[in-house]
Amino acid sequence: MSFPMLLVLFIAASIVGYRVISDVPSLLHTPLMSGTNALSGVTVLGALAVAAAAKITGYRFLGAIAVTLAMINVVGGFFVTHRMLKMFKKANEGESRENVMG
Amino acid sequence: MSWVNMLGLVFVIGSIYGIRLMSSPVTAVSGNLVGSLSMAGAIILTLVAEGIVSIPVLWVAIAVGALSGYYLAVKVAMIQMPQMVALLNGFGGGSSAIVSLLALLGILGDIAATDKLTAALGLVIGSITLSGSLIAAAKLHGKMEQKPILFKGQSTWNNLALVLIGLLFVSIFPAGSEGIPIRAFGILVLSLVYGVLFTIRVGGADMPITISLLNSFSGVAASISGFAVRNPLLVAVGAVVGTSGLVLTRLMCKAMNRSLSQVLAGKTVLVSKESDTGAISVHEAEISEEKCKTDTEGQDDFLSFIRDAKSVIVIPGYGMALAQAQHEVKKLTDILEDMDKEVRFAIHPVAGRMPGHMNVLLAEADVPYDKLYEMDDINEGFRETDVVIVVGANDVINPAANTAEGTPIYGMPILRAYEAKHVIIFNLDTKPGYAGVDNPLYSMDNATLVLGDAAETLLEAIYCLQEMQNSG
Repeated sequence: MSFPMLLVLFIAASIVGYRVISDVPSLLHTPLMSGTNALSGVTVLGALAVAAAAKITGYRFLGAIAVTLAMINVVGGFFVTHRMLKMFKKANEGESRENVMG
Repeated sequence: MSWVNMLGLVFVIGSIYGIRLMSSPVTAVSGNLVGSLSMAGAIILTLVAEGIVSIPVLWVAIAVGALSGYYLAVKVAMIQMPQMVALLNGFGGGSSAIVSLLALLGILGDIAATDKLTAALGLVIGSITLSGSLIAAAKLHGKMEQKPILFKGQSTWNNLALVLIGLLFVSIFPAGSEGIPIRAFGILVLSLVYGVLFTIRVGGADMPITISLLNSFSGVAASISGFAVRNPLLVAVGAVVGTSGLVLTRLMCKAMNRSLSQVLAGKTVLVSKESDTGAISVHEAEISEEKCKTDTEGQDDFLSFIRDAKSVIVIPGYGMALAQAQHEVKKLTDILEDMDKEVRFAIHPVAGRMPGHMNVLLAEADVPYDKLYEMDDINEGFRETDVVIVVGANDVINPAANTAEGTPIYGMPILRAYEAKHVIIFNLDTKPGYAGVDNPLYSMDNATLVLGDAAETLLEAIYCLQEMQNSG
């Protein structure tokens, strides 16, 4: 994609992102942060591309490190977000569960 | 549009839709799943489209990264979430820095001026994110001094680093391919140094702002390195993350009465002076199980306030997290609800070490989320509340924020706990909070202090309340 096209995409994504994120209540700001944090690991795609294109061993190794770091970011971020979100329960949800168990 | 770009667009929309679902705790879990599936799809798409399925070292890299990430996510305790997010942030930033660096070195073929611009910028921001986040994580994890580290001429060094980065940055453009590596290396090192300088000045309570800002940086770094490698997915998703971090940074700034420009200029630090007030007179209550056993009747102290209250608001602060008292807090609220009292929680936006930190800790202790109220939704309610129970919070309830001009917290919105009939404060001591400003609430007539480790004092209070119930 050409530079101007990417720039348009950048601006459009920022605007959409702003609207969507402003709707997230402060209750969920920690999982929002860890979730978007996982998304920032999208750089793994760039890391894969440069690592594959690298002809010199040193560069490919560097690219592989970038892939590893970004994968930690992606996988760690999504799993930890999942762990957190699962904990959020409403009052009656908890009670009905207790009733079932009792 | 090629099929690769079409599919890419689907994954971008998937990621954004995932965040959209995070607007409610009911749909948030599926939102996160949609986001992670989009990411998995994008990774597979890249592997196939770029024809790189057959490079073993990349599979090893993916496997090692995925397993380490999973391990970290399973092991981490909820109180450690801020340093976890900081650490992951740093890894993402580091990865973007490497991608930009390799692009700058011409791995993807000849580079035009715009590519040089974006690759160098991605290198700068990615490196700052990497070193800055690692320092923040080390501070949050207690591996480093939590207080701001200040030294003489600090801002001069900061500015010097920035100027040098700027000079090297400009010199990239006329440089031929043989001159770029040395300049790129210089930018890398100096940006790492700048990230360290930027973050060591930040103290504990400023972390919510700093983490949000670093979160934004990691997105911006990914987006800009996406320009450098001409990958629309990176550009779009990175931009969303960058905006997200910025929105949160702005919210945190508002909650601490700081401006975004001040923060971007590196002024994330409160300059607190030693308070010179002497001993303050407070109504301090002793509590012990012994006392409850021997003297269950006729107590006109805070326990009877709680016993007689109809409405209770609990205000948790970072002190609750430090004392790991959230389970005791839950136990106390269960008992209060059994006594037919209305119990709500008031959450200040900057309570804790990252946005929303208190909510996660309370959710972990099984406190239902519909009992957690944001500051603006509950502040009017304090006036009609019988008892406020503060657990390890100070600055966020300090009325000096309204009156004490010239102090670091002046103008900061606070929870108006002092308007309640009785305020019972379970704090470790009467020392000023992080901002270094004495809390006049402590010596107000309606305030009672129960000093000590909140996990212990709360247990004593729970025991005593139960004794009172049984005997009464």
